[in-house]
Amino acid sequence: MIRMASTRSIFDIIGPVMVGPSSSHTAGAVRLGALARAIFGEQPAVARIGLYGSFADTGVGHGTMVALVAGLLGLKVDDPRIPDSYELAKSMGLDFSFEEAHFDEAHPNTAVFNLEYPERDKQFYIVGSSIGGGNVVITQIGDYEVEATGDLPVIVVSQSDQPGVISAVTGLIAAAGINVASMKLSRKRRGADALMLLECDTQPDKSIINELKTIPQVHKVRVIPVV
Amino acid sequence: MPYSSFSTLLEDARRDSLTLAECIQNREALDSDIDVAEVRAQLAEALQIMREAILQGSKADISSRTGLTGGDAAKLFESVNSFEAINVLGPRFTHILAASMATVELNAAMGRIVAAPTAGASGVLPGIFLTLDRDHSLGDEALINGLLVAGAIGACFAAQATLSGAAGGCQAEVGTAAAMTAAAVAYMLGVENGAYADRDDTPKWENLHETVGHAASFTMQGQLGLVCDPVAGLVEVPCIARNATGAAVALAGAQMALAGLKFPIPFDEVVDTASRVGAAIPPSLRETAKGGLAVTPTAKRIACELQ
Repeated sequence: MIRMASTRSIFDIIGPVMVGPSSSHTAGAVRLGALARAIFGEQPAVARIGLYGSFADTGVGHGTMVALVAGLLGLKVDDPRIPDSYELAKSMGLDFSFEEAHFDEAHPNTAVFNLEYPERDKQFYIVGSSIGGGNVVITQIGDYEVEATGDLPVIVVSQSDQPGVISAVTGLIAAAGINVASMKLSRKRRGADALMLLECDTQPDKSIINELKTIPQVHKVRVIPVV
Repeated sequence: MPYSSFSTLLEDARRDSLTLAECIQNREALDSDIDVAEVRAQLAEALQIMREAILQGSKADISSRTGLTGGDAAKLFESVNSFEAINVLGPRFTHILAASMATVELNAAMGRIVAAPTAGASGVLPGIFLTLDRDHSLGDEALINGLLVAGAIGACFAAQATLSGAAGGCQAEVGTAAAMTAAAVAYMLGVENGAYADRDDTPKWENLHETVGHAASFTMQGQLGLVCDPVAGLVEVPCIARNATGAAVALAGAQMALAGLKFPIPFDEVVDTASRVGAAIPPSLRETAKGGLAVTPTAKRIACELQ
């Protein structure tokens, strides 16, 4: 049995305020779209969205597709414009399409985002699942396996897999007075590129991004906000 | 920290000479790092959204995204004051059933609702709260205290059992919604009307506050084993009707507790029972649409037509 031992707030019980019909298939889908947008860093121009499992089977009746698009447009889970997100996407310049996604094994409510901004030569591959009650988790960004929930802000650092980089990064974060709640590190292979996700208790200031970029082995830094 | 048990919550309140609602709001303020006024303001906002949802969901022309459901709450509301309608229930009871359905019909139409505790079970609490507010002139402050108690009871189920239909059947969703609402009704109508004067009187204080637990227990015993079998996998059939019948069970549980009946099994043990029973419900009856009403010939035809 799944236990929600982490329930701390009565607003997890009386709430969230959301557009229906389903916390997992609608509200969770909005949050997945919003997280994918936040990871991309802006609204993409083109979004090819793959649906897997229950998202593909019952998505139409649950409004899962309009919800995913709404999230990519930056709407919140209680925005009354969610059902009309397709029209909104047209006016906001988001070109989207849907297809069925295939995995050997994945959570039944999984979406795959292929996000592009061709003019800027920018392309992202993001996989995430809606795991119940509006809770979501991003499990893959590009080649990296990750874990980001949108519940706390996350600093994403892509870096070289070399000794001392982790302590240099965490040292600067500590100096900025930011407490790290959780940390996940993954790499493509030994000595290649690595990705570090640091979940923070407080929203990091923009200045930390520039500070982290001064570390020679750090390639890119991004902050994924709470969605 | 998570709400571990109702009995510790009662002990905390008793130790600090607080009402149950005060104890819960203080704890919420501490855990969420906001002040008590902000906790109450957020709950007042939730109440307002619940009111709007019932109004929106009561419209006769409302239709779900699939076109499968909508307009039933409006029909029930019509029967409340109709001379022609055949009534086996009093007008207030019928009003509660209609109001409970209205929110979930709006939910299926992609309207804005407050999950309580889930979207699929969002009708029971507002249907009962706002009808009783009308009939008993409870007012927002009392309703907010009721929301605090309902939230804490729901949090006990969240911590010790589950709120997910996929994990514990509809018992975890409408069952929990009904139990937490019954507890809140017992609190708003029973405890709040007499608790303050008796605060120093140990047995009376405890009896009054235990009424809250008994109301939740009487309700949950009537919802144990309730399956989740959504037709075509959607939050429509039987979810909308199941909110109305859940509200009926909640009223029964609240009434028994308010009349002074005591459920022999303590509430914390009932929560534990819900956890065990929920886990024992076969996967085909836990939101997979592979059992129950979802596999009837008619349900299969509906699912086919919607594809």
